[in-house]
Amino acid sequence: MSPTNAALERVTRVPGVRGSLLISATDGLVVAERLMDGIDGRAIAALAANLIQRLVRATAGAGMRIPTFVHLRGKTGSVLAAPGRNDLVLVALAGADANLGLARVEMLDAVGRLA
Amino acid sequence: MTDNIRALTARLADEPSSLAFLELGEALRRRGQLEAACKIVRGGLSRYPDLADAHDLLGRILGDQGDLAGAFDAWADALRFDPMRSSALKGIGFLYFRAGDIHAALEHLQRAAEIDPDDESIAQALARVRAAARGTPVGPPEQAEDTFTPAAAPAPSVEKATAATSLFPGPENGDQGVMLVDGNGLRLSGNLRSPTNEDVGDRVAAELAGVSREASRTTKLLGLGAWEAIAVESPEGNLFLVAPTPHTVLLTMRDPSLPMARLGLIAERAARDARAWLGVPE
Repeated sequence: MSPTNAALERVTRVPGVRGSLLISATDGLVVAERLMDGIDGRAIAALAANLIQRLVRATAGAGMRIPTFVHLRGKTGSVLAAPGRNDLVLVALAGADANLGLARVEMLDAVGRLA
Repeated sequence: MTDNIRALTARLADEPSSLAFLELGEALRRRGQLEAACKIVRGGLSRYPDLADAHDLLGRILGDQGDLAGAFDAWADALRFDPMRSSALKGIGFLYFRAGDIHAALEHLQRAAEIDPDDESIAQALARVRAAARGTPVGPPEQAEDTFTPAAAPAPSVEKATAATSLFPGPENGDQGVMLVDGNGLRLSGNLRSPTNEDVGDRVAAELAGVSREASRTTKLLGLGAWEAIAVESPEGNLFLVAPTPHTVLLTMRDPSLPMARLGLIAERAARDARAWLGVPE
């Protein structure tokens, strides 16, 4: 198993996480993915990339560097994102019952290894 | 020597490794026996160097002795081991106030108030510093000291403390890390300063309208319902975004040492205040 797939596997194993993918932040394309059936990786990648770009602009406006972790919480679940180097972002889709703390730790660890 | 101090001294002699030194040190401080209190607490710290309570108490003793630099170091140590220690934040706020740095005093006291909203002494200290910031006379220095000294805290009054610690950046509140923005990216209320103390409110507000739209689109298309919050971690600070109403976004920014979950609670409280300010029923 490649390091990328191993990293995605670790994130996806966290209880409540429905899938994870590595995307390119600039163009919103999927680099690698590990998702449950029925989840559209391309849609997640495009949406997450747009959101991250907006947040990067907002944090830059506030005089801060690129975010290290982003958590978008919806009524029934969350999108988690950990921007890394080389324009890559590790993204995870989690249900409302997910262990978000563990997912965050795994994602930060994984994105650090991928860098 | 009072019975209490005698009993505590005996207890500490019997069990030198016990935490009775904290109680004894505080009892001696209250009696004005500052040298003895200092000696007892420093002895305790040699056994428990990571104990925030002991550093905090040492800060109070040194403050009473007039060793303000020593007090600052002790409270800074307390915060190193317990970043949520409101009494140490209040102590450092007092030292900044004494040194004439109103901005830093406000910053520390606001953090203390967020952590401990029921502590009326913190609310009073904040009111005093805000009055000083506006140029309103704040009374003689010894009165200011009474407000700040942790031991002088009166019994908490929940009603007063809640009113004094409203986090929504209305006209009466000078919070520099909370900002309400409308759907077009225009600032409705509040301020935002960068880590280098530059006013960045309008620039960030302009970006937030787009963030809110992207968040709505993302959660809707992914079947996650309406978006409720966005937490953003950055090396220089943490941001928390909530939508008090469908057409507004409230941003709360704090130092990264404040845990994100706590920042979320602060943001939710500020959002409630914002809804009340906008006249939107809960």
